[in-house]
Parts: sequence; C-alpha cells; structure tokens
Amino acid sequence: MSAPEAATNSATASLPDDTFVSDASLRPQFFEWLCRMGDNALILGHRTSEWCGHGPVLEEDIALANTALDLIGHTQMWLGLAGEVEGEGRDADKLTYLRDAMKFRNLLLVELPKGDMAVTIMREFLFDAYHHLMLSWLAENSKSPRVAEIAAKTLKEVSYHLDRASDLVVRLGDGSAESHRRMQEAMDLLWPYCGEMFAGDEIDAAMSDAGIAPNLDDLQTGWDAAVRDLFDEATLKMPDQGGFAHKGGKQGRHTEHLGFILAEMQFLQRAYPGATW
Amino acid sequence: MYAQLVKSDALKSREDMSPEERAFQDRVDNGEKIEPKEWMPEGYRKTLIRQIGQHAHSEIVGQLPEGNWITRAPTLERKAILLAKVQDEAGHGLYLYSAAETLGVSRDELLEKLHSGNMKYSSIFNYPTLNWADMGAVGWLVDGAAIMNQVPLQRTSYGPYSRAMIRICKEESFHQRQGYSIMMKMAFGTPEQKEMAQDALNRFWYPALMMFGPSDKDSVHSAQSMAWKIKMNTNDELRQKFVNETVPQAEYLGLTVPDENLAWNEDKQGYDFSEPDWSEFFEVIKGNGPCNRERLGARVKAWEDGAWFRDGLNAYADKAAARRQAASVAAE
Repeated sequence: MSAPEAATNSATASLPDDTFVSDASLRPQFFEWLCRMGDNALILGHRTSEWCGHGPVLEEDIALANTALDLIGHTQMWLGLAGEVEGEGRDADKLTYLRDAMKFRNLLLVELPKGDMAVTIMREFLFDAYHHLMLSWLAENSKSPRVAEIAAKTLKEVSYHLDRASDLVVRLGDGSAESHRRMQEAMDLLWPYCGEMFAGDEIDAAMSDAGIAPNLDDLQTGWDAAVRDLFDEATLKMPDQGGFAHKGGKQGRHTEHLGFILAEMQFLQRAYPGATW
Repeated sequence: MYAQLVKSDALKSREDMSPEERAFQDRVDNGEKIEPKEWMPEGYRKTLIRQIGQHAHSEIVGQLPEGNWITRAPTLERKAILLAKVQDEAGHGLYLYSAAETLGVSRDELLEKLHSGNMKYSSIFNYPTLNWADMGAVGWLVDGAAIMNQVPLQRTSYGPYSRAMIRICKEESFHQRQGYSIMMKMAFGTPEQKEMAQDALNRFWYPALMMFGPSDKDSVHSAQSMAWKIKMNTNDELRQKFVNETVPQAEYLGLTVPDENLAWNEDKQGYDFSEPDWSEFFEVIKGNGPCNRERLGARVKAWEDGAWFRDGLNAYADKAAARRQAASVAAE
C-alpha cells in the first residue's frame, strides 16, 4: 500500500514553498515537462500491471504488481503537480483519464506492448537506469523544491526497481541459452527506442536553464556506462550504435499502441462522464 | 470459503483409534497446535494438503477476475487499491503454498495438480467480472464469505495453517471494506452506477452462497475434519451467518437481494432464504462454469510461458554455484 499512502501524504503534508509553481512565464514548459515525468510512470505502470495474475512464478507476479503500484503512485504525484502548475482545475485523474493520445508526453519506449518477460525486464532496466539518474539529479539539484521532494520520494522505490531489473538482466542474460537469446532479442527490439530519453528539445532546454531539470547530455554519459557494464556482466552484446532513434512521444506523436492503452484505461470515465468512483 | 468439497476420511470412533491416534486427538481436543515435524494421522495430513492446496489455488486463480479490471480502473486511487488487493491475494497464495510445503508437498507438485485438473479451486472464480461494480461485489460478498470461514480457521489445529490464516484475515477484512466502499460509491452514484451495482449483486449473490459448499445434510465428510479442527463450523452455519450479516448491508445500499423468499425469522433470529441452485454448483465444479476454461487456461499459459524464465534463473544459479566452487578450490 505504499503508493496510495505516499500519495495521501503528499496531499496532506505541508508543501515546501516553490515559486516555480506559480511562475507564469515558465508555466507551459514546466507543465509539459511534468506531464512527461507523470506519463512515463503512468504508461509503464499500466504495461507492468498487465502481468498481474499472469507472472511466470508467484514471487515475480508479486514483484511486478508492486512495481506497477509504485509507478501509479508516482503518477499521482507528478500529474498532481502538473495540474497545479497548469492552474486550470485539472487534477491527476483528469489528466490521466481525459486527455487524448496526442496530449500524452511519455516516451515511446514505455508504451510498447509488454511482450514476454524478457522484453518486460529489459525495458524496465533500460528505463530504470535513466529514471534513476534523472531522479537522483532532481532530488539533489533541482531548484524546484516540489520537484526535488517528489524525486526524493520516488527515488527510493526506483532504486529498488533498478536493483531488481539489473539483477534479472544479469541472471537471464547469463542463464540458459534460451533466456540469453530472448534477452538479446529484447535488447535489439528496444534499443532504437532508447535514444528518445536523451533527445532534448526546447522544453528540456527551458527546464535545464531554469535549474529545474538536468541537461540530458549529462545523464546520457552515466546511462551509457551503466548499461555497458551491466551488459558485459550479462554476457549480452550492445546493439550496433547507428545512432538511430524512434522519437516523438515526448511531443505527443505516439505509436499505434497508445490509443489502445487509453481506450482501455479511460473507458469508464469516458462512458460515464461526471460520475464519481 | 475457498475450500469446497474437500475429500476427507469418515469419522473414526475413539475405540477404533490406535494409541497414537488417541493421543493426537487428545492434543487437538485440548486446543494444542500440531506442528510440522510432529506425528499426525496420514488422513489428517492428506486432508490438510487438499484443503490448504485448494485454498492456495483459489487465491492465485482469484487474482484473475479482479485482475481483469486493473487496466480499466476508473481513478488512479482505485487502480492502486485494486493492484494492492490482487497482489495481496498472490501473497496469500504464497503463505498457503508454504504452509502446505510443511506437510511434505512442494508448490510445483500442487501447481501440477491444479494445471492437470486434479485439484480444484473455489467455484466462485469461474464467474465473470462484467462491470466495475463487480470489483465492489467481489470484495464485499466473495471476500466477505471467505472471511466467515477464515476467521474461525485462525484457531485451526495445524500451526502453520493457523498462522497463515491470522495474517490473511487481517488483509481480507481490509479487502471487504474496500469492496463495500466501491459498492457505496456505485449504489449512491448515478442511475447507471446504481444499475451496475444491482446487476453485480444479482450475479454474485447465489455464487457467494455456494462458496460455503453444499448443505450439511449432503456434505458427508465434515465430521472427521471437524473432529480434527480443520473445519470449525458446518457449511449451513456459516452460510446463515453470512446471510444475516450481509442482508442489512444490502439494505443500507438500497439494493435488492435477488431472493423472493428472503424474510427475517424471529424464532431463529436469522433470515430465511432460498438455497442456491446446487445443480449449477455441481456443473461449475465439473468444469462447466462460465469461465472455467479461461481461468485454468490463463494459469496454465502463465506457467508454460514462464518455463524459460524459471529455467534461465536456475541455469544462472547453477553457473554461479560452479563459479563459487571453482574459486574456493583455486583459493585452497
């Protein structure tokens, strides 16, 4: 129950003063950036939750549900703050349930179908390695106290996600011939979607200039090293670094998959507008 | 009740017992807990394995009807609560398989029996969850019925089972409350929501009554289980208690229990109510419920699709052990 508790705590505890939250000049960029943070957690949480009841072994089923639960909790915090910054009365639920695909700002990586456990674990690792670096920077350096506070809370859980995913990548990569093959295939499938994490645009530049968020180039160096080291240990090959990356999610141009996620996720709110649940 | 129609031995009279059996029965009668390595009659062990196994299977199959709505939960909070609840059920499965292991049967053996159809799970999970109010009805009625049985089982004679039940009951009562909280939102919500709530009650009422198993007069093997304190109350006692507690809750919600014969009986200080359709119950047990194929199919698919994953982890563990061995040899 860590996620709902964390969300309740964040709503009731006294919040630090944060001039960025009411800074009209930065509002559109800050809002966009917060949606990126929240939507990544939401969509990856959704994909992870699809495993619930279908995991390969009971302990794994529980761990995946736990991870999904954490990510839904993170969504409540990031999108809650996004709604506050936007100042138009939208809360985390309204942003989750009443935006269409082109308004979503998550990375393409997190919306790809869950695939087999190799794809699920590999994606979790690739994203967590980025997510962990991002949150660590935000918790320590962000000039927005509200952002730093959410980052510090979520970092505890994401550190665990990263440990768990890293451990499994090594075990499965250096496991049986079959598990090795599947992990390598998962990596080959997901690799072209990793570049988007570090492809900065004017929103990232504005956030970095304001001292709210890091320069993505700086994160990439750490990510490259972490991935390379783990892959060595897992006996997996780094895919050819052509430098090509599928992009667009951060700006609202998604794969065909997101529409189906939303059709499912938003069904009740769309079918029964105005009801409370 | 998550264990229905558990096969057990006919009741043995005291005269027919061996000295060991008599001493065992005395311990049970004195309220002592039986622990894993202690002597126990073979029938006691076998019945417990069947009952705990069936309960464990019910927990993991029971993840599926609620898991069906996780991706469609209508708010982030409801989604988080539902995820936590379904995860709890997986956790209950884990405690119970562990309790069964103390009786000498592995989790893999029990799962093999589930997958091959040689062990059952509760009939309730073969019914579909068709609208969001079902998430309320499952918590309120299904977990509510389960609690009726599980609260007394906290005092069951077998130590590991009793301790698992104590942990499980804490979470189950929370589940029931969250189910009822969904029912309140739905029953007091828009006309469409109230319609969903009534529809959920209509569909889950009789299957929930079936969870207690057939009527005592048709349930021949409970006497031995009750003497062993594996079963603490009769099916009909528990069903009556459930109806007595649930009917006022339905009234508070403004919902109608789908039973024309339901009436308060002053003499027995309980409700009179209609029996469920037992022919439907036996069809569901035989495999002809609305979702038997999907439920068992989903469990088998998860297990088979996960084979490479489990094999991969085992292969790594073997390699790592070999490497440690080689390193310690080299160090010597």
